[in-house]
Amino acid sequence: MNKIVSKKDFSELVVQLEVEAPLIARARKAGHFVIVKLDKLGERIPLTISAADTEKGTITLVVQRVGLTSNKLCNMQVGDEIQDLVGPLGKATHIEHFGTVVCAGGGVGVAPLLPIVQAMKQAGNRVISVLAARSKNLIILEDEIRKWSDEVIIMTDDGSYGEKGLVTAGVESIIQREKVDCCVTIGPAIMMKFVSLLTAKYNVPTVASLNTIMVDGTGMCGGCRVSVGGQTKFVCVDGPEFDAHQVDWDGMMRRMGSYKAYEKEEMKKLG
Amino acid sequence: MTREEKIAAARSQAWREALRKSMKAKDRTDLPRVRMNELDAEYRSHNREEVNQGLTAEQAVQEARRCLDCANPTCMTGCPVEISIPSFVKNIERGEFLEAAKVLKETSSLPAVCGRVCPQEKQCESQCFYVQKLGKPAVAIGYLERFAADYERESGQTILPEQAPKNGIKVAVVGSGPAGLSFAGDMAKYGYDVTVFEALHEIGGVLKYGIPEFRLPNAIVDCEIDNLRRMGVSFEKDIIIGKTLSLDDLKAQGFQGIFVASGAGLPNFMNIPGENLINIMSSNEYLTRVNLMDAANPESDTPVPFGKRVAVIGGGNTAMDSVRTARRLGAERAMIVYRRSEEEMPARLEEVKHAKEEGVEFMTLHNPVEYLGDEQGRVCQMRLQKMELGEPDASGRRRPVPIEGAIETVDVDIVIVSVGVSPNPLIPNSIPDLEISRKGTIVVDDNMRSSLPIIFAGGDIVRGGATVILAMGDGRRAAAAMHEQLKK
Ligand SMILES: Cc1cc2nc3c(=O)[nH]c(=O)nc-3n(C[C@H](O)[C@H](O)[C@H](O)COP(=O)(O)OP(=O)(O)OC[C@H]3O[C@@H](n4cnc5c(N)ncnc54)[C@H](O)[C@@H]3O)c2cc1C
Ligand SMILES: Cc1cc2nc3c(=O)[nH]c(=O)nc-3n(C[C@H](O)[C@H](O)[C@H](O)COP(=O)(O)OP(=O)(O)OC[C@H]3O[C@@H](n4cnc5c(N)ncnc54)[C@H](O)[C@@H]3O)c2cc1C
Ligand code: FES
Repeated sequence: MNKIVSKKDFSELVVQLEVEAPLIARARKAGHFVIVKLDKLGERIPLTISAADTEKGTITLVVQRVGLTSNKLCNMQVGDEIQDLVGPLGKATHIEHFGTVVCAGGGVGVAPLLPIVQAMKQAGNRVISVLAARSKNLIILEDEIRKWSDEVIIMTDDGSYGEKGLVTAGVESIIQREKVDCCVTIGPAIMMKFVSLLTAKYNVPTVASLNTIMVDGTGMCGGCRVSVGGQTKFVCVDGPEFDAHQVDWDGMMRRMGSYKAYEKEEMKKLG
Repeated sequence: MTREEKIAAARSQAWREALRKSMKAKDRTDLPRVRMNELDAEYRSHNREEVNQGLTAEQAVQEARRCLDCANPTCMTGCPVEISIPSFVKNIERGEFLEAAKVLKETSSLPAVCGRVCPQEKQCESQCFYVQKLGKPAVAIGYLERFAADYERESGQTILPEQAPKNGIKVAVVGSGPAGLSFAGDMAKYGYDVTVFEALHEIGGVLKYGIPEFRLPNAIVDCEIDNLRRMGVSFEKDIIIGKTLSLDDLKAQGFQGIFVASGAGLPNFMNIPGENLINIMSSNEYLTRVNLMDAANPESDTPVPFGKRVAVIGGGNTAMDSVRTARRLGAERAMIVYRRSEEEMPARLEEVKHAKEEGVEFMTLHNPVEYLGDEQGRVCQMRLQKMELGEPDASGRRRPVPIEGAIETVDVDIVIVSVGVSPNPLIPNSIPDLEISRKGTIVVDDNMRSSLPIIFAGGDIVRGGATVILAMGDGRRAAAAMHEQLKK
């Protein structure tokens, strides 16, 4: 069950895994995620389904090495089995014909963005994707994104590839040049916050996919909660996508640091 | 036979009559109520061992003697599933412990669990002749129930119920809490091919992820689950009905009846300022981390905060479980903050008593109004509004009203919010035609039938947060009704 059938290293930090999960492959839509638990005493972590193959009965996960569990997962090999894999979770992305859609992804956020880019294109939108990373070797899935985008802008912090600058510079250049009807952003919280502040200034409706800490992923614990428009929402069942302009970004980022000290300690388990 | 005739017939068996005559009523009523053997409070507040150690056989027989074997056993009316209480108690008195367990199992599928977690003082024991007419402590029905069930399990002579020949009809159960398990057991007895689907990676629902080891050891729940497996019930973990598999998928797989027992998993928050600060969490999150994810074990990858000053908001069983867990994880100051007085607390009496013995502080008539954080966004103080009791409200309990200007500030490291749960919305949201109440519960008739003929429902998803015994009773009622419907 849940066997890893193929593995590809995108960069030192990011790994793509294709996992046997026929039921999830069949049921999932763009925007859905899964929860994995690797072994008996493992923790449960959420990962977006970046693609699925219903014929092979597999789903694709793109994982960035951050702490203990993501590293353990990235170290697994073809043929290994993930002990528990449950999904698809969350609400699917709201896809419609908006007109022009800007999809802004940072770091590993490009992986969950891919199925959205694809679905937006298939719904007849003009799709402009902005991919951002610290440097060239951390840009992932560029070819796949290009396949479904009318235009791709690459931004790197160090200028090693594409334009030098932050994701926001790329998004702003588009907004200043043409009418944008909708923006979708996925990436580190701080990046999404700044994209959100920018698009709010230009009144471009924006959706962000939040990556809060989760436990069950089924609405049972409230650990994933975040304040949206002054109301407490559970990201795993009410989201993960929300109106970016309503999200309490600072509150969310604070909560994501809840277990920082512990996580550092845990990394020692990797040896 | 009517209910009364059945009771009378059991009561007039020769051995029961002889047993009644063997001791004078006065001698029976003079016996003091047995005391549960418990671990020392100081010792137990640092580990997970089960607090109640159970009765010895001598203690159980002695306690059973107190029961007067009333012609009109009022205790039974206090039991939501009408266990034949005098029958099982008298079997204990005559030393037929396995027989006692058999009587229990006629009506309850999880006696070892119910003997530990039922609020007996509000149910059977509250209706006992001793309480009603003698003004004395009730017969310890709960302790005796636990005794008989444990005896059977430990004897290794657990007899699986007789099963009707397999009828080849497939039925599905959504959720593996007490409602789902008891439904599965009865349907297996009737000969159905039963599959239980569970969203989490463990079977057992609240019995596993909620109620802690020190009150209900997992081994006891696992034993019940094993028995169901031996009866042919299959369990599918990590499958969410409505997400992984839809209602139509289940139909396509040939399931002819579906019992929804998905519980009331959605924790409520109070929506007061500061509630999203770090180290403020629901009791579901806290207990899930500790019980389901084993987070207090250094080997486990899941984190849980350890605090010196822990406040738990609420007065139910969940609050007691959380505060006592916090104490076991090293809290020097473990506090219950409850807006009414102790009398109105919904928790089982025994839990309140145990919590106090373990050094938990009770701040009753206090209600949090705001939490304050440090520069890193961690909760460091709570502001509590003092309350007094006013007129009775809709629930019949006296309504707590704020005392103007009486605000107290208390230092805390962790706050656990335990102010109730709402029905899990996953199923209601995924089945458009299912009739749902305003509170989000699935609407059912007396036989647990929903508005869709193929779907039955029971337990907390129908009642909101209720009890194990009610959930179990629902499961059994639904099984009987679904069997009626499918055998046609
Ligand atoms: C809906 C959703 C979809 C996601 N999709 C992807 C994806 O496709 N690819 C990917 O690489 N990452 C994704 N993430 C983030 C991923 O879950 C975290 O990187 C991962 O949990 C880190 O765990 P760790 O043990 O490796 O790191 P840790 O050292 O434990 O934590 C590093 C940081 O990750 C976050 N984190 C820790 N534990 C959890 C947890 N149980 N749940 C969520 N976040 C946690 C915290 O902010 C923490 O500070 C997603 C998160 C969410 C909520
Ligand atoms: C901490 C705590 C202490 C308690 N103490 C007591 C006590 O002392 N005495 C007492 O009588 N009662 C107590 N209760 C209440 C009691 O546990 C519940 O009333 C009872 O468990 C309800 O049973 P249930 O079968 O309806 O649901 P649950 O036990 O909640 O089980 C529901 C199961 O369904 C699963 N599920 C949900 N949705 C889906 C889906 N779509 N697909 C698949 N699976 C799904 C859930 O993961 C869960 O495992 C306590 C509750 C808590 C939380
Ligand atoms: S992860 Fe537990 S409620 Fe969202």
